[in-house]
Amino acid sequence: MIKRYPWLLAASLGNLLFLYAPIAVLILFSFNASRLSARWQGGTLQWYRLLAEDEALLAAVQNSLLVGLVSTVIATVLGVCAALALERFPFRGQRAIEGAILLPLVIPEVMMGVALMLFFVSIKLPLSLVTVTIGHAAFNLPIVVVIVRGRLRKLDPGLEEAARDLGASAWQAFHRVTVPLLMPAILGATLLAFTISLDDFIVTFFTAGPGATTLPLKVYSMVKSTVTPEINALSAILVLVSMGLIGLSLALQRKPV
Amino acid sequence: MAEVSVEIRNAVKAHGATLAVDHLSLEVRRGEFFSILGPSGSGKTTTLRLLAGFERLDQGDILIEGRSMRSVPPNHRPVNLVFQHYALFPHLTVFGNVSFGLEMRRLPKEEIRSRVASVLDMVRLTPKQDRWPAQLSGGEQQRVALARALVNQPSVLLLDEPLGALDQQLRQDMQVELKAIQEQVGITFICVTHHQEEALTMSDRVAIMHQGRLLQVGSPQEIYEAPASSFVAGFIGVSNTLRGRIARFNGTTCDVTVPGLPTGQAIVARPSAGAGVGSSVTLVLRPERLHLSNEVRVGGFDNVLEGRVSKAVYNGSEMQYLLSLADGISWKARVPNVGEGQKKFLPGEAVFVRWNADEGVVLTE
Repeated sequence: MIKRYPWLLAASLGNLLFLYAPIAVLILFSFNASRLSARWQGGTLQWYRLLAEDEALLAAVQNSLLVGLVSTVIATVLGVCAALALERFPFRGQRAIEGAILLPLVIPEVMMGVALMLFFVSIKLPLSLVTVTIGHAAFNLPIVVVIVRGRLRKLDPGLEEAARDLGASAWQAFHRVTVPLLMPAILGATLLAFTISLDDFIVTFFTAGPGATTLPLKVYSMVKSTVTPEINALSAILVLVSMGLIGLSLALQRKPV
Repeated sequence: MAEVSVEIRNAVKAHGATLAVDHLSLEVRRGEFFSILGPSGSGKTTTLRLLAGFERLDQGDILIEGRSMRSVPPNHRPVNLVFQHYALFPHLTVFGNVSFGLEMRRLPKEEIRSRVASVLDMVRLTPKQDRWPAQLSGGEQQRVALARALVNQPSVLLLDEPLGALDQQLRQDMQVELKAIQEQVGITFICVTHHQEEALTMSDRVAIMHQGRLLQVGSPQEIYEAPASSFVAGFIGVSNTLRGRIARFNGTTCDVTVPGLPTGQAIVARPSAGAGVGSSVTLVLRPERLHLSNEVRVGGFDNVLEGRVSKAVYNGSEMQYLLSLADGISWKARVPNVGEGQKKFLPGEAVFVRWNADEGVVLTE
């Protein structure tokens, strides 16, 4: 295939270069001994060491992990329930509800951020890590629904009937048969949601209050003055962790039914 | 009534505007291999799902071992179902699949192990008990599905097109094996199939369903030799038909006049109950009952029609002929291939078709 279409190969390589060259440069320069210039002056790990000593940064990491964890759990529980409801129990007005659940996937994130902020202000909920968490759960919910529902659709409904026929109650059939078979999708969705939460800037920016600084917010505030090699180092870590999580998520979702 | 295992009383089930099951009443005896046979859309699968409890009756009742099942959910019914596509749990091993029902009943571990072992032994899957379903062949998966249901020792085993997904050779082997297993365990089997040969081979009795209604119940022989309607005759095997009118009775036989045959020539047949002079009837004849010859005089037959061979097909065990009789009537005939010296007819050749009165069935429409 590739051999017969050399231009296809060239386009693919150009694409990869376009996508990954900046990231590669960023990671490379996180090991650059020079503080200021874009010239390579020998390798060092000192920027990583500096990161580990920056307490404000570590606090931001902690916030990010906490928000990611809690919002992912909320989005997963609600998302699995919604996926089951949409796929297994047809009801009146299902299409409207379905559209409403999936809408956050297509509306611009800035609008979602502004809307959430206005909503929290109007119900007098002070902006804090709590509001950030709710915001993250909100945009992760449709992602969980889409992934889990996709797998649910491929599951043979006869499996649940078989469990019922063999003496399982509706609940036993669900947790002994449906949940184990959905698990790859649930785990995959969880990892993806966690990664998106970890990387999110816009919604966080609008819903975070004072002291609720997450990692992307911290990076942004550091970049405002100047791009330092610490930021390169931090970004390198973020990129690698995210890519690892996404890779794992995709691998899990590919498990055959 | 102790020998009745399953009783369906006037069951009605609507799917939308159509009646999937239309006032069905049926009794299945304890320990018998009972098949429900019908084309797709006949309501046979719905009937099975009503028995398993996956669908609710609109009217009527279902009794299993004398107990009404109207308000009993599937997990509390004394039946188990072998699913059409097996529905094996892909995340459990063969052992895990077979032990599932016993675990749901919270039986002691030792008892579970010994019962699973003995049923796996019966279906010859002991060496594969740690495999995953995806690692098994179609026939093996089928036997796991059977074992998974049988291990619970249900009062009634339900089978939904049990051999439908198997290839021809395996299908025939499994027909024999399934029947043998049924005789060994002595459980009532109710099998739904659209495959008539399967139903005739395995069953003690067969019910024919069409458009939600029960057309006939009887032994395979009764169904085949004495179909109660032309639908049953056409659905079970190949049949030739002639439409006519009863002209007179002669003791145990009657004369049927058929439009298109030479005047004065009547078909001698065994009348059905309730037919009278002037009744319009359909005469049904199986292709293997016809005697073909090109000699004018052959004694010992009640009926003879003259025709021409329009097609001859050799299929190994028999010759199949398409015959055109008078006035556009087209019949099929099958002649077992008994080897050398047998007369073979060629297309275009004139033949005489002969048969006796008791080899045809007369249906009153």
